[in-house]
Amino acid sequence: MDAFKNWVARSGMGSVLILALVIMVVFPLTMDIFRLNLVGKYLSYAFVAVGLVMLWGYGGILSLGQGVFFGLGGYMMAMFLKLEASDPITTKIQSTPGIPDFMDWNQLTALPLWWEPFRHLPLALIAVVAVPMILAFIISFAMFKRRVGGVYFAIITQAVALILTVLIVGQQGYTGGVNGITDLRTMLGWDIRDDSAKYILYFANCVLLLAVILLCRWIQMSKLGTLLLAMRDKEDRVRFSGYDVAMFKVFVFVLAAGISAVGGAMFTLQVGFMSPSLVGIVPSIEMVILAAVGGRMSLVGAVYGALLVNAGKTYFSEAAPDLWLFLMAALFIGVVLVFPNGLAGLYESHVKPWLARRKAPKASTQAVEPPAAPLSSPSHKSAPSAPLPGGVQGQSA
Amino acid sequence: MSFDEIYNIALMQGFAGLSLFSVLLLMGLGLAIIFGQMGVINMAHGEFMTIGAYTIYLFSSLTETHAPGLMQLYFPFAILAAFAIAFIFGWLVEWALIRHLYKRPLDTLLATWGLSLGMQQVFRSTFGPKEVSPTLPDWLMGSWSPSEGLDIPINGLFVLVLTLLVTGGVLLALYKSRWGLRVRATVANRPMANATGINTRRTDRLTYAIGCGIAGVAGAAFTTIGSTGPTSGSLYIVDAFLVVTFGGAGSLLGTVASAFGIAQTQSIAEFFLTGSMAKVLTLLLIVTILMIRPQGLVASKIRR
Repeated sequence: MDAFKNWVARSGMGSVLILALVIMVVFPLTMDIFRLNLVGKYLSYAFVAVGLVMLWGYGGILSLGQGVFFGLGGYMMAMFLKLEASDPITTKIQSTPGIPDFMDWNQLTALPLWWEPFRHLPLALIAVVAVPMILAFIISFAMFKRRVGGVYFAIITQAVALILTVLIVGQQGYTGGVNGITDLRTMLGWDIRDDSAKYILYFANCVLLLAVILLCRWIQMSKLGTLLLAMRDKEDRVRFSGYDVAMFKVFVFVLAAGISAVGGAMFTLQVGFMSPSLVGIVPSIEMVILAAVGGRMSLVGAVYGALLVNAGKTYFSEAAPDLWLFLMAALFIGVVLVFPNGLAGLYESHVKPWLARRKAPKASTQAVEPPAAPLSSPSHKSAPSAPLPGGVQGQSA
Repeated sequence: MSFDEIYNIALMQGFAGLSLFSVLLLMGLGLAIIFGQMGVINMAHGEFMTIGAYTIYLFSSLTETHAPGLMQLYFPFAILAAFAIAFIFGWLVEWALIRHLYKRPLDTLLATWGLSLGMQQVFRSTFGPKEVSPTLPDWLMGSWSPSEGLDIPINGLFVLVLTLLVTGGVLLALYKSRWGLRVRATVANRPMANATGINTRRTDRLTYAIGCGIAGVAGAAFTTIGSTGPTSGSLYIVDAFLVVTFGGAGSLLGTVASAFGIAQTQSIAEFFLTGSMAKVLTLLLIVTILMIRPQGLVASKIRR
């Protein structure tokens, strides 16, 4: 038992275990299926937030186009489900049975060739992850090899998000247009709309999310994670040490894209539709705020950030729609000016010292360092000063 | 189709391109100063344009109710007021927000995005969620036909002339005035500019405010073309950034060139394709060119 405790403390797994408990035990026990389904939707955004922690917190690369990858993943899942939902029998009233209804409305008479692979689930699942990663590779390889970074990269990714949205909305015969792909019913004959399916999908989502967090954690703790941090803080020094900085950046961007795409696919499965409103610039920037609120350096924090911001959005846009945008504005400005390390940073700087103080009297026989002093205050300046592996783990709350 | 008709179509098509050019350039100018010169990513740029647009709307409705006789005259004054209001607001925003973030460009982006959300909600609460359009003076309406079968809209001409005036003014100010000198010195080398006695903080604030003021003028000009809603600003923001980035940040002439190139590409593409596909094609072209040539059309000679 002690060995296990030590392992948990050393690897920073405690917070992951707590998260697993919260989302896989507490939520299902306390919420009805409607709410749990909503939480599942928020958790599908959490994939993007976790990807952004790797990309932005660790890699120092801000992408304003994560909605593109989330959307692509979601769309490709939706394409498979839509094809299954539009078999010739259910669509026999259409002038061309067997094609999705929106194609029929737009006078298409045959399924476009690039829809064909999405008849098969394995191909569709591969595409869900592979296509966004390939796109991410093309974008990032071209940019990072030419040492474009920071602001310019953000603007280009934003342009990509705009292109994809305009394309989806403009080509409604092929993509479903503004409405997106709706009316999804079954996956391989399994009805995804009934309650038991929603439970199963929720748990599948949780397991996938935790797996992704563990993967990212593993990357962070490896040499690669240290290199990413080093690159973020002093790119030139890493380059002069002989590392190919561009390829590391490409790697982390492609990784974040793949993670976001998985989230998109889980979104489609749980919510039952996909639309361009989840692809564009506004959702992409909102996804950044999820990571920022949770703490841009904390994988687990990003999940809490996603839950909190989206729950707030759902609550306030019903209760006080006027207030929500002001709150969102305050959140953006506050997270930048007041608490740049987000919830995780607040935990590190306020809750942890407090817990330590409470513990201190009990363990007074041991020499305990004054707890508050060595911990960094949540100011941005302190973030780059903690690139050492010790600092990394300190941020993992 | 006779030769004359083709000629007229070509002329009008050319003018449509010029019109789009003036719109893009006017959008990009304020940003070229704020983003190009200062390196501040002002995601609230579109909302500063909306401030200008609502100023015109306010002026037109006030004139209409209190002094209907002055309807032909209010527009130029309203444009000046649009500049002034956006300028003052920009000054305040720089003081409250931007000055804390000069060293963290990516965080500025998030903070100004938050600002833009807040401003949108203020617009919505003040002017309502519906789009509004001011009552324009008669001399801005209709079209000018120098010959048979050739119609050139006057509002397009107006925006074009205004754009040329503002661009000329900015170029003059940047290269001939003391302020311009201070801005260029600060951009080129901040510590050195400081050492020569330039108050770089004051310069920053003034520069940011002027950029916002120009955005206000742009928004004011756009009321002659389309209506204004609380979220109209967000429609411009990506285009504005692309114009500045594509031109090469730091170069005003680059911004002019890129606005011209983008506008002509898009209006020619629109002639052959649907509007949305023309937009996609243009954006793809810009992104591809920026991937190959990240420094934009005109590379600045500043060592960074």
